[in-house]
Amino acid sequence: MKKIILIGNGMTGFKFCEKFVASSLRHEYELLVFGEEKHPAYDRVHLSSYYTGTQADDLYLAPSNWYLENKIHLRTNEKIVQIDRESKSVLSEQGKSYAYDILVLATGSSAFVPPINGLNKKGVFVYRTLSDIDEIKKYVPHAKKAAIIGGGLLGLEAAKAVLDDGLQTSIIEFAPRLMPRQLDDRAAEILKTTLQELDLEILLNKSTEKIIGSDKIEALQFTDGSNLKTDLLIISAGIKPRDELAKSAGLEIHPRGGILVNSRMETADPSIFAIGECVVVHEMVWGLVAPCYEMAEVLIDNLQNGSSEFLGFDLSSKLKLIGTDVASFGDAMVKDENTKTIIYENKASGIYKRLNITKDCKYLLGGILVGESEEFNLLKQVVNNKMPLPANPEDFILGARGGDSSAGIGVADLPGSAIICSCENISKENIEMAIEMDEAQTVPLIKKCTKAGTGCGGCIPMLDDILTHYLKSQGLEVRKTICEHFDYTRQELYDIIKVNEIKTFDELLKQYGKGSGCETCKPLIASLLASIWNDLIVKQDTIQDTNDRFLANIQQGGVYSVVPRVPGGEITPDKLILIGQVAKKYDLYTKITGGQRVDLFGARVDQLPIIWEELIAGGFESGHAYGKSLRTVKSCVGSTWCRFGMHDSVSFAIEIENRYKGLRSPHKLKGGVSGCVRECAEARSKDFGIIATEKGWNLFVCGNGGANPRHADLLASDLSKELVIKYLDRFLMYYIKTAEPLTRTSKWLSNLEGGLKYLQDVVINDCLSIGDKLETEMDQVLSHYKCEWTEVVKSPELRKKFRQFVNTDQKDESIKFVSLRDQKMPAK
Amino acid sequence: MKTEEYQWIEAAPVEEFPSNGGAAVLIKGEQIAIFHFSNENRWFATQNKCPHKAEMVIARGLTGDSDGHPKVVCPLHKRSFSLENGKCFSDKEYQLKTYPVKVENGMVYIGFE
Ligand code: SRM
Ligand SMILES: Cc1cc2nc3c(=O)[nH]c(=O)nc-3n(C[C@H](O)[C@H](O)[C@H](O)COP(=O)(O)OP(=O)(O)OC[C@H]3O[C@@H](n4cnc5c(N)ncnc54)[C@H](O)[C@@H]3O)c2cc1C
Ligand code: SF4
Ligand code: FES
Repeated sequence: MKKIILIGNGMTGFKFCEKFVASSLRHEYELLVFGEEKHPAYDRVHLSSYYTGTQADDLYLAPSNWYLENKIHLRTNEKIVQIDRESKSVLSEQGKSYAYDILVLATGSSAFVPPINGLNKKGVFVYRTLSDIDEIKKYVPHAKKAAIIGGGLLGLEAAKAVLDDGLQTSIIEFAPRLMPRQLDDRAAEILKTTLQELDLEILLNKSTEKIIGSDKIEALQFTDGSNLKTDLLIISAGIKPRDELAKSAGLEIHPRGGILVNSRMETADPSIFAIGECVVVHEMVWGLVAPCYEMAEVLIDNLQNGSSEFLGFDLSSKLKLIGTDVASFGDAMVKDENTKTIIYENKASGIYKRLNITKDCKYLLGGILVGESEEFNLLKQVVNNKMPLPANPEDFILGARGGDSSAGIGVADLPGSAIICSCENISKENIEMAIEMDEAQTVPLIKKCTKAGTGCGGCIPMLDDILTHYLKSQGLEVRKTICEHFDYTRQELYDIIKVNEIKTFDELLKQYGKGSGCETCKPLIASLLASIWNDLIVKQDTIQDTNDRFLANIQQGGVYSVVPRVPGGEITPDKLILIGQVAKKYDLYTKITGGQRVDLFGARVDQLPIIWEELIAGGFESGHAYGKSLRTVKSCVGSTWCRFGMHDSVSFAIEIENRYKGLRSPHKLKGGVSGCVRECAEARSKDFGIIATEKGWNLFVCGNGGANPRHADLLASDLSKELVIKYLDRFLMYYIKTAEPLTRTSKWLSNLEGGLKYLQDVVINDCLSIGDKLETEMDQVLSHYKCEWTEVVKSPELRKKFRQFVNTDQKDESIKFVSLRDQKMPAK
Repeated sequence: MKTEEYQWIEAAPVEEFPSNGGAAVLIKGEQIAIFHFSNENRWFATQNKCPHKAEMVIARGLTGDSDGHPKVVCPLHKRSFSLENGKCFSDKEYQLKTYPVKVENGMVYIGFE
């Protein structure tokens, strides 16, 4: 048999192996692969997950025995040091020589290290291979401060990894802005602010001259004369194609580095080919996996006498893991007389979006997304498939205003040939085929069947959309079952519990589930049981998440917080004094919360019942700060005192908070009532907000102030109090019955088909004829309300659940505190 | 189980432990988490300290199984651990020490080497 030798078992080399096995070449050739690294090919793109604990073998692109099974001879840990083109053989570092008929170079690249004085000192690293990460992790315990040279894609990723490992981290960039190749000035500025808020120090316009330190790094000196103290340095200033072997064999090298090949992946030597990050084709090095994979495919085809050509590739990229979204696609920075740009910038929330469109407003050329990048996949498709733009292209980045869906282009509009997974080159058609023919009706099955989504993973949300759309178009239901123990959706379980009057988890598991349950189904079912029956949750304490189990939020050190309810934020001086006294007596850290009440932190689990006993004696109740349930209804002072107030917002807020207190829901619920449009209660950032008008009250729903802020939408205006409560009953009950677990109202609404209009139809026009039912169910649930802490304090049996140890009254000696501004804090 | 190799120390009576859940005991200054899977009448014991942030909280985690293997999930950052061998499912560096458990005449005992 003839022989192919492949040098390099990286991502591209592996793709070559995979395609080789699937081609007819395997009958003609033996394949011998050399890898310099000790590991078989692994997923370099997700190298950072190795930093955060993923095992090396989980990153392997195939287990070691895969090569054997497919008759590929893989020699890891064996570097090739010489190519002899005369005798057609290669020489390994171990001094062995191997003959080839065809030689494929897939040597990838190494980190580019600029010439800086003192590079050989301890504590200086690059970020490219598994063993680099091993070295860095070994060094981190000796370091407090880290510096990263390079503010590009890879540098930021490395910076986030060491930052999350607890080091104080600085990024040093030579250019005047971050990610100079992907972002424009304004986008880079926003990214910079966001990263600074994450505690990353950003130094721009800095060029490093020298590494200072005796044997290990102590500081960096810059050409402008300034210094930066650091114990660890990662250099991530770009990549350098590994062309050294090709060069010494006399193959042609690009003046800026990289093995020169034509678009068929051929070098000038008819027996030698090169693919991946080590080559220059079309005048550039292609530093992303998708184009490298494409090259492997082109070469396999050509070796079988095909006529494939590598024609260049989409270099859209999305940054992973950095704590904010950053993406650029298509022609990200064009600006000339033939283009127009649409820019949306919101400095307060760190969002910048730019679209470049043709002058006639017909086509999208590219753009940049910082802060929010949900639209990335779709926009990339619009560019790549040259899809005509809708009338208001700005809707893509602003969301449609007043209409139903976003800009009117969705997965349904994509042509079948649209490439969804560019890493594996899988089209929409391929995916639909797998769903239809192979019954790949979940995302993991699609991944298995087509390999889509197995590379960088960026297309996974789109796979989900295509699947959902396909199933819907076939009149099939999209079932999201909750975990391996229950083959039901949340909604199905809701009905099962209700119809069969099931009151406990154990009963449900026995009749409808299997195994012992898990951390997913237990709290979910606990929440359903509570929403439906409103029984005392501590009775089934071991199916609750820790916060619900101990009726308090767990914190650092395993201690808990105490938050008494203060409806509407109104509190008497006596009650305030009592809070102060209790806090003092038990030495609890005291803070005014963002929800108009007081949080007492740092109680041991065994202290909770006594603390609550004293608070309850003074007229307090549980504030449910621990539950997926109603938290607070914020109020403004309103017409009683305020000169602008239209109505008494405080009284109404108290009434509403007392009405819904203890109500369990898929996620937490917050409300607000303001006395006029000035909105001092910030009601529109809540799940429901009520704002006084001249004629009554406006009711807003589905706002959110958390991770993805969203102003609430107006559900109905100028309502009487009675009508507000009626609509709220219906709205909340409908949400409780239909939302997926851990979905806040704002996200629930954005996924609700028909959107706000449909919600209005259900709540106001009662289009489903369930209005009465929703109201009765709400009345029933609310009528079972009991303050959980009052029940616990009264019952010696329940109080026993709060012991630290069940065999002794000794205290946990491991809990330690330090003092800060005259109060205690958990010791780190 | 080779019972004779262990020194068995009394933890607490069976009824002190919640069903299908865990509780902590203090034995010779050591905090131990004991779990009762009452649905299949099995007992497990591990160290109470979570190896992730060294917090004494494992006993307060949710219990359950994955593919039939019993596990506990740390309440603080949700690392999950096998109760059979103490290995962390997601992060193989982390390991809980496990202890043998036996129940006799309504009393739970922990075995020390
Ligand atoms: C104490 C408090 C911060 C403060 O010092 O002010 C706080 C503290 C916590 N918040 Fe909060 N949030 C507090 C007001 C808020 C607010 C402001 C507000 O309510 O007006 C928000 C934004 C508004 C909103 O929810 O829309 C807020 C958005 C969050 C989120 C993000 C929710 C989201 O949908 O994006 C979480 C995480 C979650 O719930 O999954 C969270 C989770 C938490 C947890 C429970 C984290 C945890 O699981 O341990 C913190 C518990 C502290 C403790 O140990 O007691 N907290 N949190 C505030 C308590 C309010 C209260 O009296 O009950
Ligand atoms: C931290 C990080 C994050 C990344 N993120 C992304 C991303 O999000 N998206 C994306 O598209 N790309 C990303 N990349 C880039 C991507 O990993 C590369 O494009 C891809 O790995 C290139 O594959 P390759 O096989 O050509 O080179 P490599 O993966 O570098 O493989 C080359 C292999 O050849 C070996 N070799 C070299 N010379 C010899 C020799 N003489 N003898 C034997 N073996 C030899 C090397 O040791 C190496 O194992 C990232 C890279 C890094 C480092
Ligand atoms: S919202 Fe209106 S009534 Fe309430 S405090 Fe502000 S100005 Fe006054
Ligand atoms: S302390 Fe247990 S997972 Fe973090």
